[in-house]
Formats: sequence, C-alpha cells, structure tokens
Amino acid sequence: MAETHSLQELQTPPASSKIFIQRDYGSGTFCRFHTKLPSELESRVDKQQFEETMQTLNNLYAEAEKLGGRSYLEGCLACLTAYTVFLCLETHYEKVLKKISRYIKDQNEKIYAPRGLLLTDPIERGLRVLEITIFEDRSIGSSR
Amino acid sequence: MKSCEYQQIDPRALSVSPQSAQSHPETKAQRPRRKWEVFPGKNRFFCDGRIILSSHSGVLPLTLGLIVVTCGLFFAFDCPFLVEHLTVFIPVIGGVLCMFVILSLLRTSFTDPGILPRATPDEAADIEKQIDTSGSSSYRPPPRTKEILINQQVVKLKYCFTCKMFRPPRTSHCSLCDNCVERFDHHCPWVGNCVGKRNYRFFYSFIISLSFLTSFIFGCVITHLTLRSQSGKSLIQAIQESPASVVELVICFFSVWSILGLSGFHTYLVASNLTTNEDIKGSWSSKRSTEDSGNPYTYSSIIINCCATLCGPMPPSLIDRRGFVPPEEAAAASHTAEIELPPFTAKNDTNMCTQSTKDVLERMLYSSDFHAVCPVGPSKTTPLGLEVPGSMGPPRAPAVCPRRAIPESAGNSCTTCGRSRKDSLHSINPAFRLASPSPSLTRANMALSDTREDGFIPLP
Repeated sequence: MAETHSLQELQTPPASSKIFIQRDYGSGTFCRFHTKLPSELESRVDKQQFEETMQTLNNLYAEAEKLGGRSYLEGCLACLTAYTVFLCLETHYEKVLKKISRYIKDQNEKIYAPRGLLLTDPIERGLRVLEITIFEDRSIGSSR
Repeated sequence: MKSCEYQQIDPRALSVSPQSAQSHPETKAQRPRRKWEVFPGKNRFFCDGRIILSSHSGVLPLTLGLIVVTCGLFFAFDCPFLVEHLTVFIPVIGGVLCMFVILSLLRTSFTDPGILPRATPDEAADIEKQIDTSGSSSYRPPPRTKEILINQQVVKLKYCFTCKMFRPPRTSHCSLCDNCVERFDHHCPWVGNCVGKRNYRFFYSFIISLSFLTSFIFGCVITHLTLRSQSGKSLIQAIQESPASVVELVICFFSVWSILGLSGFHTYLVASNLTTNEDIKGSWSSKRSTEDSGNPYTYSSIIINCCATLCGPMPPSLIDRRGFVPPEEAAAASHTAEIELPPFTAKNDTNMCTQSTKDVLERMLYSSDFHAVCPVGPSKTTPLGLEVPGSMGPPRAPAVCPRRAIPESAGNSCTTCGRSRKDSLHSINPAFRLASPSPSLTRANMALSDTREDGFIPLP
C-alpha cells in the first residue's frame, strides 16, 4: 500500500478531521438535519446531548420556515410595496438565523469546544451540511 | 509510492518562505476580497455584490425597453385624450401598474434565485468517500443518484458534477448560469436570470402585473380610438391623428396572449406547488408509474399551496456575496500564484486558475496511484495519456474563465490548467474514467472546465 502524503502535513500542523451531518429530507424541502450521533463522535460527546443540540437546531429552522400568520403578513406587505420593503427590513428568517448563530456559538463554548469539537454554522455551508471539526488529541492541549 | 512525480513538485516551495513573502509584499497587504469576486458561477455582480445578474441577460434590456416605450407612448398620446373624455384615474392606474411591473422585473432580475454554493473540498471528499466505500480501484460506474423518502414517496437525488454534491430535492443545475438553483423553475431570458426559490414570487407578480398592464393599455387604446372615430371621423382618420396608439396596439396585442397564457400556467403551477421544470419533465404525473406518485411537496389545499409559494417566509441568500474570502484561502491562492503561475497575474481571474492548479497539486500529493501526471506549468499542453473521451474535444479556452476577458497567455494557460484538472480528475478516481453517456459527459466537461474549486478526491 503506497504512502499518501497530505498537503496539510507539509503546510500546516495537522489538527483536525471533519465530519458532515447531512440534511434530512424526509418531510420535504424544509431545513432539517439528521439527529443521529455519528460513529466518530461516540467517544467524544454524549448521545443525548448531541441529539438535543440537533433537535433544537431543527426546531429553530422550523420556526424560521413556519407558514403562519406572521409570514403571510410579511409576504403580503412585501407584495404591496412591490417587494421594496425587504431592502429596508430584516426578514423573520434572517432574525432566526441570527438566533441560530448565537445558539451554535453558545453550544460550542459550553459543550463542544471542551471536547475538542467545533460546530460550523450550516449557513456558512449553504445550509447543506452541519460540519463538525474534530481536533486531534495533541492539539487539544494547545488549544485549551 | 514515492515516484519521480513527487520530486517534480517541491512541497517546500508551497509553504511560506521569507524570500517569497518579502519579494511579494503586496500579497500580505492584499486587500480582502469579497466572495462575489471569486464566485465560480457565470454571474455578473454590480454595486460591490449587492446586485446579481446572470451572464446571459441579453433580452432584459429589450423587455425593459418594450415596457418603458409602450408605457411612455401611452402616457404621452393616449392619456391626455382619455383624461379629457373619461377620468383622471386612467393615468394613475397606469402609472401604478407600470411602476409595479418595472420594480417586480428588476427584483426578479437582480435577486439571487436561490443559488446553492458549491461543496467545499472537504465535503466533496466526504461524499466521494461515502460513495466509494469499497476502496477498490476496479472499474465501476459511479452512482449518480441517491434515493430518499419524502413523505412516503421515493425521490431520486442526483449528483451534480459541477457543484460536487447530491442536489437537494427540487434543485436543478442551470447550465447557462452554471449554478445549482433551489426549487429551480426555469431560466428566463426575458428576465435575464434563473427563476428559483427566492425570486419566484417576484417573477409571478411580474407576469401577473404585466398581464394587467398590457390588458389595461390594450383596453385604453381601443377605447381611445373608438372614442375618436365616434365623433364624426373614420377609424383611419383617428389612427392618423394618433399613430402611436397603433404601435401600442400591436405590441399589446402580441404580448397579451403570451403573457396571459404564461400567467395562467404559472397560476396552475402555484396552486399545485409544482415547478415548470417538474411539470415539463412530468415528474409527478400519474401516467408515469402504476403506483400513485403524486407530488410529495403539495399541501392539502390549493390556498395553502398558493400561500406557501407566494407569501411564505423569504429564505436568505446562501451565497453570501458580500462576505470576505477567508484569509487562508486567499493566501493559498496567492502563494500558488507566486510560485507556479506568473502569467496568471492578469486581472481577477488569477484566483480561478491558480486555485485549479493548487487543486492539481493537492491531488497529486494526496494520491498514491498517480502514475503519469506531471505538474502542469504554463508551457505544457498535453500532460496525460489517459482516456480523455473524444467528445471532450479541443480545450474550450473561452469557457474556462468565463467571467471576464483574459489575455491570450493566460487564456492558453487557463486552458492548460483546465485540461490538466480534467485529466488529473480522471486519473485519480477510477469512477470518473467512465466515459459516460453523453449527457453527463457534457456536463462533466463543462463542470471540469469551469469549476473553481475542484475539490481533491483522495483515495482511501
């Protein structure tokens, strides 16, 4: 078996590997992620904790995309103003996305960073995946 | 295996060395670039990324021109007569409709339709790893689809070779814009943009308001000519007095049928929560399969479908046009530019070409089965003896760096790096050696030429 050379090894100190939590399309095109704990993280984080984080995230995305009185009102107001209102006001979705960013930052600080993990906000990956960076043991000491 | 190919690349040259840093101080002091400047799709950006437009926007000026000219003639020649003989509300209504049409049109054209950013190299590698779990290098066709269950119905997700990901449901890749667009409806040449999840409501309001406007003007012009010819004159005389009305009449007559037809069609689509793409392909037509394969995305009632499509929450743009490119990506791109590709300093397309070369180098270092690939400098043109399918044809220099005009040397080099990327991509993953059936090959050809970040594909 031939050796593989990693460009990362040559250029930057090896620190991390990444795993990706994919979207769950079981109920349509709504933004939901799989809540099952990946096997690579089983040794690092509690299953229940992880599922709680994912479930909260899914609930927040559901709140952003909820069809209800508020979104209809926003839509109608936008239509009446020939959609110029979106240039001035922040939409409900954007507000919830900010909430999600704060939540992820909070979770990272409290739960995941001490375990050498980093959750990347899905919006930075186009809401395709939730990227989790796993830092290697030897770099945990230096990052703490 | 440590083959001679490794020695041709000096990894140390890729790291930051004091000499290179000093000799190119401008790379350190390089102004931070916004993401729209390095966007891989075929789009044009204005106002520092605030406005996005497709590169194929040829007919938009015509659309705008027709609307403005028709409305202008209407206000100038028909309104004075009608205000005098009927009511002052006619130009008021006309003005409101005209404004609404133009604003909706501009909103449709200048809004991101729901472009999905391409997969990062890590994501692409992860997907590849999941696909190629057997780890064998034997030939097998790469799975291009993945089946999932949506609302108890089987839906196939296709793999996009350009964007390096499995497309979410209802997403389609627009070959004109070279982007995957969510809830892709169609690429509208009149509007000069794709119509997708984010701008469908604008498009719908544009065609509905345009139907009203053309019908309104048509009706008003007919009324105007009728009133003129009633007061003792013949129709010919009336037309001679107001020749502009004939122009409006002709434009409106031909537009109103097509616009009304289009509005009706899209009203049907909205009510059944379908896209033009799905309707044309017959994705959810009951005739296709014996089982009941209805539309899995439709809600229980027409009203909810309409509300969801038109008044639902406005999703944000996923491509973050005005964000800044992370410094490590910019630095990596510039380092590769310094060391490998001096001719690529032309304009801003440097990043696209240098990034591709960086990917080539990365892949070479990752791959252990790399047999015959040598690093491609600007001078090389035929790096590989791999099976490059015949339909790939000669390198398509204009298509490689589509966004701006490039100097000749850079053009040739871009062609070179484009081909080297293609060839190296072919060599690394045996799955890609499949000289696949033409449709996907054409797409792979386009994908390989135009992708900025080609995401290395390491072998397990």
